[in-house]
Amino acid sequence: MVAPCLRHQVGRHHQKALWCCVATSTAQERTGRIGGRWTPWLFVAPSLAIVVAVTIFPTLYSLYLSFFRWEPTLADKPFIGFGNYQELFSTGRFVNALAVTALITIVGVALELAVGFWFADFVLADRRGQRLVVALMLLPVMVMPVVVGYTWRLLWDAAYGPINQILGWILLRPVEYTWLGQTSTALLAIIVTEVWQWTPFMFLILYAGMSTLDGEIYEAAEIDGAGTWQQFWRMTVPLMLPIVIVAVLIRAVDSIKMFDVIYTLTGGAPGTSTETASYYIYQVGYQFFRLGYGAAASIVLLLILSVLLTFLLRALRSRMA
Amino acid sequence: MFARRRPLWKRLLRWIIYAAVLAFFLFPIFWIFMTSIKSASEYMHSPPIWFPAAPDLSSFRRAVEVGGLDAMRNSIIVSSVSTLLALLVGSFAAYGLARYEVGGENLPFFFLSQRFLPPVVVIFPFLLMFKTLRWIDTYQALIVVYLTFNLPYTIWMMRSFFKEIPREIEESALVDGASAVGAFWHVALPLAVPGLIATGIFCFIFSWSEFFFGLTLTNIRATPLSVFLPGLFGKQMIMWGEVGALSVMAVVPLFVLSFLVQRFLVRGLTMGAVK
Repeated sequence: MVAPCLRHQVGRHHQKALWCCVATSTAQERTGRIGGRWTPWLFVAPSLAIVVAVTIFPTLYSLYLSFFRWEPTLADKPFIGFGNYQELFSTGRFVNALAVTALITIVGVALELAVGFWFADFVLADRRGQRLVVALMLLPVMVMPVVVGYTWRLLWDAAYGPINQILGWILLRPVEYTWLGQTSTALLAIIVTEVWQWTPFMFLILYAGMSTLDGEIYEAAEIDGAGTWQQFWRMTVPLMLPIVIVAVLIRAVDSIKMFDVIYTLTGGAPGTSTETASYYIYQVGYQFFRLGYGAAASIVLLLILSVLLTFLLRALRSRMA
Repeated sequence: MFARRRPLWKRLLRWIIYAAVLAFFLFPIFWIFMTSIKSASEYMHSPPIWFPAAPDLSSFRRAVEVGGLDAMRNSIIVSSVSTLLALLVGSFAAYGLARYEVGGENLPFFFLSQRFLPPVVVIFPFLLMFKTLRWIDTYQALIVVYLTFNLPYTIWMMRSFFKEIPREIEESALVDGASAVGAFWHVALPLAVPGLIATGIFCFIFSWSEFFFGLTLTNIRATPLSVFLPGLFGKQMIMWGEVGALSVMAVVPLFVLSFLVQRFLVRGLTMGAVK
């Protein structure tokens, strides 16, 4: 009973070894074995079909809509060429929304990077407590943005919020400042809120990147007499640059789409001072039902985002290689 | 690595900085948890009261009474079905990209780029199409729309997990007469299960937190938790207790899930650029 079984296994083993020799020769033979040249496309086809249906087609549809005056009160929706695009840039509100978006993104991401980078370096200087800090810093990233918005709305609240209370303790007098009601501070409040949620994201990425840096080069630098400051600027910063670029671009691409926190924290108010591009497009579509005009605005946003995305994909590609 | 013993004041300063940074990043979470267990007279108190006299769970009871659990159920259904669909369909594509290099260098990056699409670009077409299909305020609408970000993400992440499996393992299965699909399903996929679970958890987290599509495509019946929350804001008064309770219900599941994927966390958040 044992012998045939053994022989069978040995036979299989031989066959396997033989196949491996053949198999590693060329890719064509490998694919040839399972069918035609196009068979592997069958793996990808369902996903490709879904992406075309849920993303490519709607995007093209949006582009199409953007050339029409699409409003529910109109019986026919006339073709107006670039009329919507002209209106976007001749009335100030969309340009203002783009400027607000850019400001929040640039200031927010810069602060997130600076604080995240510093803190990652700080935490890595001493091994004690690292795991706990990383676990705790993860929490803000995981909070639903809608919840982040409402939580900070409560924190900034003039009467019931602890921020005024704490300021009152410091200034030794009662503070009843309406942070979200003033143009000057509403934007600040949004940036602080963003920085609160996403600095930990930067920190986690930069911490992971920094902890893979080779400790030996730092020892060598120390022997050569490089100080901490020099080590930071001459070694840590340049070595971390590729990771920094990826992290910054991922954050920037996300920040440009910003909607949830605006909706929950300020609703674009006061006036239109905190209105981001996504929030403006939402209002155009859902309050004024001007879908053609909104679609045109969304196409402009997409074009701006594509530029950043090109850089992000390039950075990712060079890191994967 | 013989660390010099630092002077006491330096070590003290270090702990003070630690405490200050963590206090800033944990305070809002502390505050919303405390708000959820304060009584109405406590959270509507000026100046604010930091710790309730006694934990008061009535906010949770009211949150459930106004439909908080239904919203949570909607979120669970929509997020998990969309995640499972993305994993099923996306794994095939990821395998095709990783093993047969379908579409060369560019196709994977084409899929990845779809992950970053701004939701406002597709919302008006979806609105018009779903009106025609009578899909507004249904689960299937959100499930399909969530695929716009879950599917590209799954394809991209699973591709990198499949690439880590040695080719030879599947080749020996092909020798034994397995088909290409068989080698994928019975050999490669089981080996990629840790990656599959991590990717799935990330998709679930993204879907659970999603707000824009939920807001624009649902009204009452299919409203997810993220959209149900703003609904609690009355014209004249904010029910902070209920908001706090629902926030806790929204946040705790994600805290638990994120701890499960801690090992893959940075990889998942950076699209594999940092491991």
